[in-house]
Amino acid sequence: MGQGRSKEIGKLSDEYAKNVGICEFDPEDLKSLQISSGQNVRVTTNHGTVVVKAALSTQAPHRGLIFMPYGPWTSMICDPETHQTGMPSLKGIEAEVTAAPEERILTLRELVAYISGGK
Amino acid sequence: MVEKTIQDAVCTFCGCCCDNLEVKIKDEKIVSVRNSCAISMSKFLNYDRERLSTPMERKNGGFEEIKFEDAIEKTASILANAKYPILYGWSLTSCEAIEIGVELAELVGGVIDNTTTTCHGPSIIGVHDIGESSCTLGEVRHRADLVVYWGCNPVHAHPLHMSRYSVQSKGRFRKGRKDRKLVVVDVRKTDTAKQADHFIQVAPNQDYELLSALRTAVKMGEIEQDSIAGVPVETVEEIAELMINCEFGIIFYGLGLTMSAGKSRNIDAALSLVRELNNKTKFLIMPMRGHFNVTGANQVTAWQTGYPFAVDFSKGYPRYNPGDTSAVDILARGECDAALVVASDPVSNFPIAASRHLSRVPLVTIDPHVTPTTLASDIVIPSSFVGIERPGTVYRMDGVVLLTRKLVEPPKGVKSDEDILSAILRRTTELKGVA
Repeated sequence: MGQGRSKEIGKLSDEYAKNVGICEFDPEDLKSLQISSGQNVRVTTNHGTVVVKAALSTQAPHRGLIFMPYGPWTSMICDPETHQTGMPSLKGIEAEVTAAPEERILTLRELVAYISGGK
Repeated sequence: MVEKTIQDAVCTFCGCCCDNLEVKIKDEKIVSVRNSCAISMSKFLNYDRERLSTPMERKNGGFEEIKFEDAIEKTASILANAKYPILYGWSLTSCEAIEIGVELAELVGGVIDNTTTTCHGPSIIGVHDIGESSCTLGEVRHRADLVVYWGCNPVHAHPLHMSRYSVQSKGRFRKGRKDRKLVVVDVRKTDTAKQADHFIQVAPNQDYELLSALRTAVKMGEIEQDSIAGVPVETVEEIAELMINCEFGIIFYGLGLTMSAGKSRNIDAALSLVRELNNKTKFLIMPMRGHFNVTGANQVTAWQTGYPFAVDFSKGYPRYNPGDTSAVDILARGECDAALVVASDPVSNFPIAASRHLSRVPLVTIDPHVTPTTLASDIVIPSSFVGIERPGTVYRMDGVVLLTRKLVEPPKGVKSDEDILSAILRRTTELKGVA
């Protein structure tokens, strides 16, 4: 809901970054990883790596599963393999999460510059 | 001060296309919306933020304003000179604009693909394989006594779906929530799941197994395991029983099935389950189409080319082979040499391996807003909003056609997708020397 509402406010808005540049954790997972909600985390898959903000899931329980809203931050780590369907693999991807208190979340303009090679 | 209220306006956000909005306008500005969900309200009250107002061209590392005619000339020249351009997007515009897009793709020998490719493309492939028993949402509202939401969270993504069309709706033969059962299957206990009579938490990437087990149970077959996809066999049998014994059941499914392991095979399994159920009772299935007119993009492309998405004109006639002619694959393989994006934001939503190539070829984007895709473009042409500033035909998720209305004037000088695409088509035709 926050993702949808903030998208309509504007993709360059702070609201959008706040609602979409996040990673939702099961409360128990967050506790065992000793990460607190609101802290920056680095999520890495075989396809890329990105820093986003940790958030407490309101759709728990889902132990061992993180949820990231569909959008530019998540696209940095998604698998382009479509298995002959046209659909990239956007769910059920293995990922590693580490606390990243010293690292910064890239803004949307920085992400675009990174993707396009500073065109 | 000029004030007016428009009744029965069509919402332009999701595939529900709710057509009962009451929009209040003061001095050509939308000031309030009634009967809408929170997302729709946010759209109607904020659509004018981060707006593009003039055509722009990338120059010296930034953007410079250019005249509309020059933007058309440059776009036509990019498309006419490309060997294998891709024309992508189309879900947030009208069927009339999409029709012109298809003609343009044929003219330039390119690929036309729509956002289905990253939402319910696998659903369409599943339907090619198995076939589908479906209906309109009105039938669900009046008759359904069992509703299954599988891998979707309408409370967040289609907020009025449950109250307008399914479990909570007041229909002719089912008066409300108490007359219906709700089953939710998801990897998380979503806000939709919290309202369910039965919530089934399936293990990630194992929907295929659970669907197959349900089909076995519906066929009264024996399941020789204690649990399937993290679900005890007793629960599988209980749900199968519930499905067999309903009078009118429906599965609404979302990206939890199409984006996870199995993809179109998950849909095959869901469609096969429904086919099996129809030997015992009345059962239907429908994808929860997300983006506004994405269903229309499939319809128009299908009636014009024979195929619903990922249509390749490079050989001079339409070819369709998802995985080969689909946008993400073409981009990830680095094959296209130019791109036109209309009413969509693939730089945000494609895996970086695909968006990297898209942002490095000559890229033209037609969109009302500043988006990551416009920021990565070489030419940007602002357009008006279908259903807010311009009327247009759209398809609801169940294939019902709706005509959206014009509510307010677009900003001065901002043209519609239809007008922009017509101008590009005209000039490209001249450049290609086609009579």
